[in-house]
Amino acid sequence: MPYRIEVQDLNVYFGESHILKDINININNNMVTALIGPSGCGKSTFIRTLNRMNDSISTFKKDGSVLLDEDDIYESKVDVVELRKKVGMVFQKPNPFPKSIFDNVAYGLRIHGENDKDVLANKVEESLRAAALWDEVKDKLEMSALGLSGGQQQRLCIARTIAVEPEVILMDEPCSALDPISTTKIEDLIHKLKNDYTIIIVTHNMQQATRVSKYTAFFLNGEIVESGLTDKLFIEPEDKRTEDYITGRFG
Amino acid sequence: MNRIISPKISQKIMKGVFWGSGILTILLLIMIIGYVLINGLPVINFEFLFTDPIDSGRAGGIFPMIVSTIYVTFVALVVAIPLGIGGAVYLAEYAGEGPIVKAIRFGSETLASIPSIVFGLFGYAFFVIYLGLGFCVLSGGLTLALMALPTIIRTSEVSIEAVPRSYTEGSLALGANKWQTIYEVVLPAAIPGIITGIILGMARAIEETAAILYTVGAALTVPVSIFDPARPLPLHLYTLATEGISMPNAYGTAAVLVILIMVITIVTNALVDRYIKKMMGR
Ligand SMILES: Nc1ncnc2c1ncn2[C@@H]1O[C@H](COP(=O)(O)OP(=O)(O)OP(=O)(O)O)[C@@H](O)[C@H]1O
Ligand SMILES: [Mg+2]
Repeated sequence: MPYRIEVQDLNVYFGESHILKDINININNNMVTALIGPSGCGKSTFIRTLNRMNDSISTFKKDGSVLLDEDDIYESKVDVVELRKKVGMVFQKPNPFPKSIFDNVAYGLRIHGENDKDVLANKVEESLRAAALWDEVKDKLEMSALGLSGGQQQRLCIARTIAVEPEVILMDEPCSALDPISTTKIEDLIHKLKNDYTIIIVTHNMQQATRVSKYTAFFLNGEIVESGLTDKLFIEPEDKRTEDYITGRFG
Repeated sequence: MNRIISPKISQKIMKGVFWGSGILTILLLIMIIGYVLINGLPVINFEFLFTDPIDSGRAGGIFPMIVSTIYVTFVALVVAIPLGIGGAVYLAEYAGEGPIVKAIRFGSETLASIPSIVFGLFGYAFFVIYLGLGFCVLSGGLTLALMALPTIIRTSEVSIEAVPRSYTEGSLALGANKWQTIYEVVLPAAIPGIITGIILGMARAIEETAAILYTVGAALTVPVSIFDPARPLPLHLYTLATEGISMPNAYGTAAVLVILIMVITIVTNALVDRYIKKMMGR
């Protein structure tokens, strides 16, 4: 089976600074890939290149290619709207819109032209169920999303992302602003979602990486030092730097 | 430690100073409004509010002036709100930081500090004479729109820029384009601030005398079309007082103006509060 995402010789610059260096990595379909590495090593920059969120930064430059289902997402004919429908993103800090719970989940559908009330209602329920949030919010869909707890807000953001039926979901430290119980809920959710979605998750938490992911890539100073099966990388890393990092000797 | 005043005492003194200046401001406000109301309320009755003036305002009411004020302000807002919000969106979201933008910003800040009589003269030269609109509601409204514009642009721009970047990114990541993001997420989140700007702009327009002195004319009857001359409350008040026509009626007019502004401010504040509460889920 071909890879869902293939990154080839990717280099990213912000102005003069060379942020990502010769990145090569393949992402498997319907599996969870974890990205780990010390702060500032370029994990967010990398994940944001996968849905072209860096495009809005004026100093952003890149070379190399990012293939999604074998097509380069940076080719000029690519419609960024379509790309972002296929590649959804969940952010570090839960960022629901200051709208009702319903409108948050329906947002993506509406901007893509879906206005049928019944379709929206079904889709919202389905997405909230998929994000394991339905039972907690079904009686207050008209309430502002900002009234939810942090963990609920993050699951709402996942529901909002799922609603537009992406194939890939990017998660940039989705649990770092959450308490342990909410974190467990999100991790359970990731386990549930991984059968249907290709998930790439940035995490600072090694245990989390081992718990949720099949593959792991270790970033250091803008390079991928090592990547492979999570079980292998954490038990017998090939590179000394990986070993130092996962055993907590730096970072 | 040989400080002259201990931190605890200086803290107390400063607290007293702030408390005192706060109280003083409120007292001044109450005094001014109280003075106007005490002198003005006695002449206010049904007839005063709902009939035309008689004998230049010595007797009769101020109904045409109330209508003029609402009418002229309405015209000003219809023009200034879309232009102001549009300008603010442009400056905050599209313009970047080039020399042109700096020029626009400088222009709009300068505009905000120009004395209103200068707006009046410009309105007279441009709308009344050059465009041939004559002395009318439209000329006055457009002049007031120009005056309110910088305030609306500035406050709207600030509140648009205060919308968290995370909202914008969340929207873009769902595949929304820039305009959808601005319209669906940024503007709704910025609305409270934008409305504050509109209220400030409107307050400036409603109480303005100099800018309309040479633009709306001086009709003593209710304006119907936007090309009819009018006489908003501040202008009437000014004429009544400066020409010594009737001081009691001048106070009555002032009281109506003050009450009008207070009602508008209180009502919009309440609406904005409710909107924020709903948006924030409290
Ligand atoms: N918009 C930008 N302009 C210039 N430099 C940037 C920009 N965004 C990030 N950088 C730089 O790129 C480098 C990588 O940042 P990035 O946010 O990708 O790291 P990270 O691995 O996600 O770190 P963290 O774990 O702290 O989130 C950093 O040195 C950062 O300062
Ligand atoms: Mg990061």
